[in-house]
This record gives sequence, C-alpha cells and structure tokens, in this order.
Amino acid sequence: MSAAEDVVTEAPAVEAVPKRAMTLGTGTSLLVLAALLIMPVFVKNFIIFQMTMLLIYGLAVLALNILTGGSGQFSLGQSAFYAVGAYTTAVLMEHFNVNYALTLPIAGVVCFAFGFLFGQPALRLSGVYLALATFALATAMPQLLKLNFLEHWTGGVQGLVVTKPDAPFGLPMSQDMWLYYFTLVVVIAIYIFSVNLLRSRSGRAFMAIRDNEIAASAMGVDVALYKTLAFGVSAAVTGVAGSLGAIAVQFVAPDSYTITLAISLFLGMVVGGVGWLPGSIVGAAFIIFVPNIAEGISKGLSGAVFGVLLFLVIYLVPHGARQVAILGQQFAGKLRKN
Amino acid sequence: MELFTNQVLAGIATGAIYACMALAVVMIYQAIDHLNFAQGEMAMFSTFISWQLMQWGIPYWAAFVLTLALSFVGGIAIERILFKPLAKAPILTNVAGFIALFAIINSSAGLIWDFTIKQYPTPFGSAPFLGSQLISTHQAGMIGVTVLLLLGLYFFFQYTKIGLAMRAAASVPESARLVGINTSWMIALGWGMASAIGSIAGMLIAPVVFLEPNMMGGVLIYGFAAAVLGGLTSPFGAVVGGFLVGVFENLAGTYIPGVGNELKLPIALALIISVLVVKPAGLFGRHIVKRV
Amino acid sequence: MTTLLNVKDLRAYYGQVQALHGLSFSLSEGSLTTLLGANGAGKTTTLRAICNMVRSTGGIEFDGKPLNHRSTESIVRFGIAHVPQGRGTFTTMTVEENLQLGAITRKDNAGIISDIERMYAHFPVLKQRHTQQAGTLSGGEQQMLAVARALMLRPRLMLLDEPSFGLAPLVVRDLFRILGKINREDKVSILVVEQNAQLALELADHAYVIETGRIVMSGNAKDIANNEEIRKSYLGY
Repeated sequence: MSAAEDVVTEAPAVEAVPKRAMTLGTGTSLLVLAALLIMPVFVKNFIIFQMTMLLIYGLAVLALNILTGGSGQFSLGQSAFYAVGAYTTAVLMEHFNVNYALTLPIAGVVCFAFGFLFGQPALRLSGVYLALATFALATAMPQLLKLNFLEHWTGGVQGLVVTKPDAPFGLPMSQDMWLYYFTLVVVIAIYIFSVNLLRSRSGRAFMAIRDNEIAASAMGVDVALYKTLAFGVSAAVTGVAGSLGAIAVQFVAPDSYTITLAISLFLGMVVGGVGWLPGSIVGAAFIIFVPNIAEGISKGLSGAVFGVLLFLVIYLVPHGARQVAILGQQFAGKLRKN
Repeated sequence: MELFTNQVLAGIATGAIYACMALAVVMIYQAIDHLNFAQGEMAMFSTFISWQLMQWGIPYWAAFVLTLALSFVGGIAIERILFKPLAKAPILTNVAGFIALFAIINSSAGLIWDFTIKQYPTPFGSAPFLGSQLISTHQAGMIGVTVLLLLGLYFFFQYTKIGLAMRAAASVPESARLVGINTSWMIALGWGMASAIGSIAGMLIAPVVFLEPNMMGGVLIYGFAAAVLGGLTSPFGAVVGGFLVGVFENLAGTYIPGVGNELKLPIALALIISVLVVKPAGLFGRHIVKRV
Repeated sequence: MTTLLNVKDLRAYYGQVQALHGLSFSLSEGSLTTLLGANGAGKTTTLRAICNMVRSTGGIEFDGKPLNHRSTESIVRFGIAHVPQGRGTFTTMTVEENLQLGAITRKDNAGIISDIERMYAHFPVLKQRHTQQAGTLSGGEQQMLAVARALMLRPRLMLLDEPSFGLAPLVVRDLFRILGKINREDKVSILVVEQNAQLALELADHAYVIETGRIVMSGNAKDIANNEEIRKSYLGY
C-alpha cells in the first residue's frame, strides 16, 4: 500500500464523483420523462404551476451543480445570476416587446458574460473566500436593481409585471399547461447539454480541476480558462432559469432575488447530491415543498421544523439523493441476481 | 477634516461590535476549519438567555457569568448531538447543517421571546466617553472587553497545552491523533469556546442594536468579513479586521456618492475582496507554506 | 527476549477491498524489525491497522494487552509512536511546537524540556530552525522532525512508514544511523516499513517479507540479506 505520494495534498472540498455516476441510466431517464409528460393532464392548474416552478428551480440547482459538482467552485451568488436572467427577460418583454421565447437565449448570453467576468477575480479565491465574494454579489444585487438611474428600466422597488404567454397555434391548453411544456422542453435541452458538457473534453477539464488543481495544470489544462468558463456556463443556465421564473411568476422585483434564494439553491444541491445532475430536481422539490410542509406542521415554529427536517435528511443521506439512487441500484442488482 | 475624524471614531465604535463577533468566528474556524453560519444565532440565543435571567431578577454580572457557562455547555452539546454524527459527511453537507441550525435557533427564539425589540442594559453606562459624542462609555467598554478577550485567547492558544492541542487537531487531524490528541473532543471544546465568546459578543452588542431574534444577521456577516480580512488564522487580525471594516463602512457611506445605507455592505465586502485578491491569506493571516 | 507486539491473523479492509489477508508476526522488546515488500503489498496498511486507522479484524496485542477497538489516540498513550507516510508534519506550526505536540500526552514538564534539548542534540538542524514554520523545512528535515516528534512521546515502540521515501541517499544513511542509535541507546523498539530493502536489512535485526497482504518469509535480517534466492525473488536486488 505504499502509494507514491510524497505529500498528502489538501483534500478537495468537493468529493470526486466519477463522470458516469453524474447521470441516470437510459431506462430510468425515459420513465421520468414519460411521467413528466403525462402528469399535467391529470392535475389542476395550480399544481401545474408548482411543477413548472419545480423544473425552474431544478434548472437553477443544476447550474450550481455544474459549478460546484463539476469544477469544485463554491457559489453563494447564484441568486444574482438568476436575477439578471429574470430582469433581462422582463425588460425585453415589457419595454421592447420581444417574444418571450427569444428572451431566453439573450438572458443566457448576458448571464454567461456576467458570470465569465465575475469568474476572473474569483480565480484567485477559493473555499471560504470565494463563498464570501459570491455572497457579496448576492447581497449587492437587489440593491443594484433598486438604484435610481436604473429605475426607468427596472421599475425600482416596485419591480415589473410580466405578461404570461398564451399557447401558440391555437393549441387547446391553458397558459399554465403551455408554460409547463415549454419549460420542460427547455429544461430537457439544457439537461442533455449539461450531461454532454460534463462528458466532453471541457467536462473532464472541470473535474480534473475539482479533484486536483495543481495536477490538472501540470497536465496542460488551462485552469484559469476552465474555471471562469464553469462560472460562465453556470451563470448562463441560472440566467435561463431566472427568465423562465420571471415568465412563470409574471413578476420581477429586487427583493425576490435575495441571498435567501442563493441559500435555497445551495440546500437543493446538497439534498440532491453534489455532482449528481438528476438529483437537482429532487433538491428543487425539497426547497419548494419542505418549507410548505414545515408551515403545515407548525406555523409559529416553521423555521425550526424546516431545520429539523433538513437535519433528518442529511443524517439519513449525507450524500443526498445520489446516495438513495446508488442504494436503489445495488438493491435492484441484488434482486436480479436472485 | 473634523467630519473625517468623527466618521473614523464612529467607525471604530461600530468596529468594536464586528471585532467581537470576528473573534468568535476565528475561534470556531480554528476548531473546525470552516465558518459556522449559525454562530450569530447562537450568540443571539445566549443573549436572550441572559436577558431572561435578568428578568428573573438576577443582577447583570451574575447573569453574564451564568450565560457564559451555559453557552459553553450549550456549544459543546450542539456539537456532540448535532454535528458529531456528521463528522464523516462532506463539508457541504455540514454547511447545510449550519443553515438548518440557523433556522431552528432563529425560529425557536422567535416563538419563546417573540419578535418585538427589547431594551438591553449596559454595565458601562451610555454617557459620552471622554467628552466625545461619538463614542459612549459602553462602546469604550466594549472595545476594552474585546481587547481583553483577544489577549486571553492569544495566551490560551500560544502558551497552554490544550490550546496547542486544539490548533494541532484543527490543522492536521490525523497527525494530531497520532500524537495522542482526542481530536473529536477538541472540536467540541472549540464549539463550546466559540459559543461562549459569541455570547459575550451578543451581550455587548445588544445594548446598541437592541435585542430581537434577527439582531445578529447583519453583524455576523460583518464579523465574517472582518475575520476573513484580518486572516482567519489570527485572532489579532480578526480584531484589527473588525475595526477596519467598521471604519471602511462609515467612510464609504460618507464619502462615496450614491452609497446609502443599503449599499454600505456590498461596498465594504467588495473592498475586502479586493484586499483578498492581493493578499489571499488576509492581512495578518499566516501564509501557509505548502510543499507540493 | 519478551514479545512486545504480537499480531495474529490480521485482516484489513478499505471499503470493500481487502488489503491484508491474515497476517501474523511478532516483535520482541528492544528489537529493530523491518517489514519489507513491494508497492501495494500491505506494509503501510499493517502499520495503520496497528493504530486502528483502518478497519481490521484479528488480534493485535501490545505488551500482552489487546489493542483492538481502541481509538488511535488511546493506542498512542500505550507508548506507540507512529511516523506516518508523508511525515504528518504540522506545517503551520513551528518546529518547536511540533516537538511539544509529540509530548502532548506527557505530564512531566521538566522531562519534556530536557527531551527537546536531547532531540536538538540528535538532530542539530532542528535546533537551527526551531522557530521556523515546519512547512518550510526540506523533505529530509521534515523526516528528522517527524522522528524527533515521535520520540518526544518516549515511546516503547516506534512505527516508521518508509522513512527513506523521497530523501537523498546521504540523508537516508544519516537517518538510519540515528535510528540505530536510538534503538540501542534509548531502548526503543522499532518496526520500520521499507521499500529500500538493502538498507533496511543492514539496519534491522529481524525481517519479515510481505506480499499481497500475507507474510511470505521471516527470519534474521542477516540471513535474509545473505540468501541470494530470497533477495532476487522478493526484494529485487
């Protein structure tokens, strides 16, 4: 066991997740997809709306997962990227009458640039320092959106109202149902893109940086480029989620995008399993539904109940939903053998 | 010029609050190697306990000492019950645990003592200090206590066996076990001490910001920022960082146009980050030499 | 000579992977024993299992007392000092603090102070650098520091994991000379794991050869060194 390791290098903050373990098998994927496709037919509009929000938050958690699970960088500033995406869409739709679908790629590009630029100073920071820097971004964003000279565009503290789109081509479905399917298509497209990204050369570079930055640079990975790239991609995906969120909620305001949102997204990632992309949706479900459940159990103590539930989850599965999936797989494997 | 001096003085006065909290932050960082997001809430809860004791007729200093002891025990209990089971879990899972603890403490305090603002007494009085309107005797007392606390901690870490053991356990746990240190208890002790220091911070801050469940939210962020600025490994740096952040924040609010109360925090944070980009270990943090 | 350490049917696991497959050996008081073997043979795992740093089954007795299921830190208090692979230096602390940490379980303050001076006599370079951050020391100096730190425990048994790793040959000679001296003069029993078989056999009085988690050979160090067949098939020199 004499591993040729001169110095025990500092353990990476994010554990290594092998590439294959970051996704779901084909069979399971198709099952989940089928369920997501059929579901709206059987439920009320309000539930459809909630499912849409679930997909949107899932997308935002996925974005954080690309950054943290993929490249090992930590961010408490995702709410800022989400806000930029949401505002891009709102301003384009309400001030310039741009079609809602077109605002998504624009928001993505704007956020990519923003994230890429933010990634530059972040390069010199890691761990708690990066957490603090991204935290600063998250606290600054709502204040920046309230600035006087932007008020004409952003609507200041009041925010902007966004019109919900109707189903196109006279399709016989409600606005909510249409938006659900629209969101579903976008989310699936980005999910497939992300999976492929992490399997690609860039994805391997991200993971090399995550697992050992020095070794990665020694192998010829341009660490600075890929770290900022990871920030850019994560910001872009978060921005698209923000756009969809603005359309779904029909409203943007500075105080919807505080640090609380960033913390929720972080919790979603942990609960879903850091580095496991399909877990993002599970994490999103946690951050959407568990606060409601907590409120249902006790109004006065809802925060405490939420905390206790969160503790229960991390005690039972410290590695999040990924752990459940692995256990399930092992169990299925055993069944097959017998 | 007079405006400048006054703003610096006022900054030092608020800085004392941050310095106090930053000390608690450094303390826990020494013990567990990451930041505890629930630390402010723990301090707030301790402060409420002291308030409750005083409501029951216990005099200030007796309540102070009693709260200190209770907080120490409480900190150890939280570690043993809630975080020891997570010792082998990933760091990010632990961070989620801090957030959960935050929610639990905040919400419980709200239920027990409700969210109305309460007056909190000061042992130092609130007359102007040495004739200055900007620093009261309470704030001067707070600075004094912070400095005393700093000296105490310095002595503890530098010259006592247990302080040395705690530092060792935090920096290289495996080696620490191999020289016979019970690292698990060192972590618990770190929680206890951080909780006790936090309670001092809370009791000193409460007369200024008033007592309520959300009193520590902003303070903790500044405390983090101060600790990071001064260097997370240095209690001295944390205190200096605290004062610097206080002064920073006041001057930015006064001299940079368009910076209202709202933008003070982001500006202060941005400045700190600029410092970190140049000096990644903080102003006084020991630069860690790593042979690779 | 009495048996100090007795290991019986030791099996160790890393997760699902078994690394030791029923290993038995013993070490007599005052001896300098070496454990030889190729990469991945299980040498480090054996040392780690003795200090309960890896999941294992089987019997480990030290001075007649069972060590199983005790925590690493309580095993140290029996007088077993482990110099781990990679040296385990407290890099952010000074050289002197590293030495003080070695004696952290001891209560005799006067003895600790005199022992620090003794270590400086053994390793003069540490004295020169006593206020320096240990992380700034060279590899060889850090290895000296690691041995000195272990000796500060006043151990009865010292476990050394590849002390020669990454060091220049001259430094290794020097280190081994000091180890021999410590063994003879301070009566510290030593179990040293090495890849550099030739050097280890010169130093040791007893040797075990280990291969894929099992002891395949044991005997007097000189006999093994003189047996060409063993040298060629197991030790590769």
